[in-house]
Amino acid sequence: MTSAPSNPTFAFPHRHLLGIEGLSHLEILALLDKAEEAVHVSRQVEKKKNVLRGRTQINLFFEASTRTQSSFEIAGKRLGADVMNMSVASSSVKKGETLIDTAATLNAMRPDILVVRHHAAGAVHLLARKVSCSVINAGDGAHEHPTQALLDALTIRRHKGRIEGLTVAICGDIVHSRVARSNILLLNALGARVKLIGPSTLLPSGAERLGVETFTDMRKGLEGADIVMMLRLQRERMNGSFVPSVREYFHYWGLDQEKLAFAAPDALVMHPGPMNRGVEIDPEVADGPQSLIAEQVEMGVAVRMAVLEALAEHLPNA
Amino acid sequence: MTPTSPAARPGDRRSAEHHPTVFAGARIVDPARDLDAVGSVIVAEGRILAAGPEVLNQGSPEGWEVVDARGKVIVPGLVDMRVFLGEPGHEHRESFASASRAAAAGGVTTLVTMPDTDPVIDDPALVDFVLRRAREEADVRVHPMAALTKGQSGKETTEFGLLSEAGAVAFTDARRSVASSLVMRRALTYARDFGALIVHHVEDPSLAGVGVATEGEFATRMGLPGIPREAETIMLERDMRLVALTRGRYHASQVSTADSVEILAAAKARGLDVTAAVSINHLSLNELDIGTYRSFLKFSPPLRSEDDRQAMIEGLASGVIDIVVSGHDPQDVETKRHPFAEAADGAVGLETLLAAALRLVHDERISWKRMVEALSTKPAERLGLEAGRLTPGSRADLAVIDPGRPWLLDKAELKSRSKNTPFEDAKFAGRVVRTLVGGRTIHSIS
Repeated sequence: MTSAPSNPTFAFPHRHLLGIEGLSHLEILALLDKAEEAVHVSRQVEKKKNVLRGRTQINLFFEASTRTQSSFEIAGKRLGADVMNMSVASSSVKKGETLIDTAATLNAMRPDILVVRHHAAGAVHLLARKVSCSVINAGDGAHEHPTQALLDALTIRRHKGRIEGLTVAICGDIVHSRVARSNILLLNALGARVKLIGPSTLLPSGAERLGVETFTDMRKGLEGADIVMMLRLQRERMNGSFVPSVREYFHYWGLDQEKLAFAAPDALVMHPGPMNRGVEIDPEVADGPQSLIAEQVEMGVAVRMAVLEALAEHLPNA
Repeated sequence: MTPTSPAARPGDRRSAEHHPTVFAGARIVDPARDLDAVGSVIVAEGRILAAGPEVLNQGSPEGWEVVDARGKVIVPGLVDMRVFLGEPGHEHRESFASASRAAAAGGVTTLVTMPDTDPVIDDPALVDFVLRRAREEADVRVHPMAALTKGQSGKETTEFGLLSEAGAVAFTDARRSVASSLVMRRALTYARDFGALIVHHVEDPSLAGVGVATEGEFATRMGLPGIPREAETIMLERDMRLVALTRGRYHASQVSTADSVEILAAAKARGLDVTAAVSINHLSLNELDIGTYRSFLKFSPPLRSEDDRQAMIEGLASGVIDIVVSGHDPQDVETKRHPFAEAADGAVGLETLLAAALRLVHDERISWKRMVEALSTKPAERLGLEAGRLTPGSRADLAVIDPGRPWLLDKAELKSRSKNTPFEDAKFAGRVVRTLVGGRTIHSIS
């Protein structure tokens, strides 16, 4: 476990975190360094800091998510913020309020930080233009999920000591995945080699222009991979002829020990969760010695603390 | 990922004959080697030991069987890429055994079967079933195509990977078109990952509607609801665009209009991986042959005009149309003895495929080499089958043809369980006198 020293002179120059796109590799590294400190804080008995004391953080989730929402909630609370969770799927949206109306209403309550997840790509950007507080993208459609990419990078760096020069295979439903898009951007920015693996129906068109290699044969794609990132396959993909059945998908693109053996001998396995055991990943691998899946959750809190802290520097009166 | 496809393998019944056999002095047509010459064919241990003019004058060792094949033509056994069977589900129309006998009589040594049986072949276990039944019952080789979509519903694609591994050689919804461009796009895309071939019936179902004959003067005079040729060309053109988008592998199971030949030629010129077949019916007959509502001449696509038929022959000669199929489709009294518009489509064809094709050869419209290529070499190549050639070392699946022999088609003598032939009482010149599969004679007539 390496613990990189943080750079005390670094000031995060952005008011929002809407995506990995637009972050320089130095900014990414600085966030990862900050997150290392947060890991340390989270492992103490006294987990509280007061960076966000008196601040209001609203988690505005238009799409249900237990894991990301609770991760942001804990991160905010550990930094001393007052955190409110709003699951909009069950409230005013149903009464016909537009996204802009909701934003205006919330803005009037004078929050300091909005953490937003929305099912439509670009919704978080739209919202960010309409409010006066900081906005963190917690996932917008199939576009970006920056804190997931950051937590993945932190997890990798703590195990491999670096990102640069590593080969990372991202496998499965790439075309619908915001996790994949943010990871491609981040890993490319930090100098990793990225391979995308999946059936052609789930590989995005123009992928080769994103600075990645694509493979439909998982064994070939996994060759030499230091990191194997599995993505969740939504069950509803079965109905749209993306893939014909769970058993065929698992047979060709599910990660089991046999396919994992094609990756580097010390390859590590990741998954953003929630997993479908027996669909994209064999339980034996998911719960095996090469799996970092549980650790990713811990790093998630640390990374979100780091992001909140970085943005706190730009809050009014800070 | 290139799944190997285990075909129904010849069992003991098909093991090689004891002694090598020499077919001496035959005209040998082997398009795979660009060969059309007089020579001899030696068959030993189920394989071709030698075949060609250089073999002609070599004496044969003692104990070898020498067949005087002078005046005969020896071709690789036909590979029929569009065969409907009644099994499972409608065994009274055709079983593996009866289809195999019909095929053998017609010089067809490999049947590629359609999946629209009852149940539809859309699961690896059903592919296993077909291969097992074929092994038990058929003397010829049988390779199933599996359904393109589950239950041929046109909605969800089948398991191309697992089905290929089980032995499916291609994917098709047989008589049905996939109306949804989205589903077709995904199918072509997904199939690419397995090198799988998509075989499509090109007819826009909504435009074809309730039509039963080609729209035009004939259909109008007969009072039959028409299908415009555009039902075929729109679907074919759409598919060419989707193949260009996906870079998939595609085969049009039957084309029938002059415009279709142009569409295919343009697609091939663009380098797309597409092939097409024409049925022997559309090469031999036109809409006027329907006469007074003869339901045995009802097909999908319907018979076209004489101009279209001529375009099919030209397309075949030039190679734009790659393959000729029988479209063998056994139907019984129950499904055929109806008013024309209400009768089922299709006709049996295994036993008449070659004889009808030879009409075009005798008329010098198509060369022997090109015709044998379209009936055997090309379909084998397109489906990746070990067949369609007489090259030394290949399996001895072949037909010995008496090219000028006149015969009259007597429906009662058809080996097929169903008798719905459009060539009733037709006069043919050229008949298969002996058929070998894996070196074993499975059909011969004196």
